[in-house]
Amino acid sequence: MDVLAFYAFAAITVIGSLLVIGQGNPMHSVMLLIVSFGGLSGLYVLLDAPFTAVTQIIVYAGAIMVLFLFVVMLLNVGREEPAPPNVPGLLGPTGMRFGVLLSLLLAVEFLWALGRVGVSWVTQGSTVGSVSSVALIGNGIFIRHAFAFEATSVLILVAMLGAVVLARREHP
Amino acid sequence: MMGPLTLNHYLLLSGVLFAIGTAGVFLRRNLITMLLSIEIMLNAVNLTFVAVGRFRGLVDGQIITFFVMTVAAAEAAVGLALIIALFRHRETLSPDAFTSLRW
Repeated sequence: MDVLAFYAFAAITVIGSLLVIGQGNPMHSVMLLIVSFGGLSGLYVLLDAPFTAVTQIIVYAGAIMVLFLFVVMLLNVGREEPAPPNVPGLLGPTGMRFGVLLSLLLAVEFLWALGRVGVSWVTQGSTVGSVSSVALIGNGIFIRHAFAFEATSVLILVAMLGAVVLARREHP
Repeated sequence: MMGPLTLNHYLLLSGVLFAIGTAGVFLRRNLITMLLSIEIMLNAVNLTFVAVGRFRGLVDGQIITFFVMTVAAAEAAVGLALIIALFRHRETLSPDAFTSLRW
């Protein structure tokens, strides 16, 4: 049952992500990324992390993707234009092929490393108790990682100010 | 592959997702889709954190995930503001239009 659910959610996530990068309309890309995040949150439920799953939907699919959607609608861009034929260097078709090769290499390398090293030292711990308690997560965030939490608030403030300054018109 | 779920399943999936995100950054000629590909990569890493945390019985994997989400939100806000500022200059989202350092 779990295995079937894993493969179903993994298929949703991977196919959604492939479609995000596989077509040129940014509006469709944002929508498909939300689908992919839905599959990912299903995987989090399978991993005994329901709070993370809910946060994934509410914060990621609900807030960040709406921000993207606003910008796509604000700029009103249609399909992206095709690559100009005679661009030199890495920006041209040669560079694109090189990039695809690099990311394929990354995937192959990862598979090879996984197969070679083996991660039995963690898989044998699959019978450990569930760690899905929200109280545990709250303890971790607000007590053990309190400094990181406070630093995060500063980061958000700086990002907010930076976004306002960057997007402001120069001649109002 | 149809045995019980192991950490390897999740790590493989996360590697595939990360490679898809990388390919998206290289392939697409649209700044917004490139930012979306970065989000895919961040989520692949999140999946790794949660999966390792689950199979080691630690809650820290989920905690790190929240910090990653916060950083992703900040990155999206700044990145989108940059995209809006660039779009005002050139009326396009193609990264090929922004090859000079000043204009």
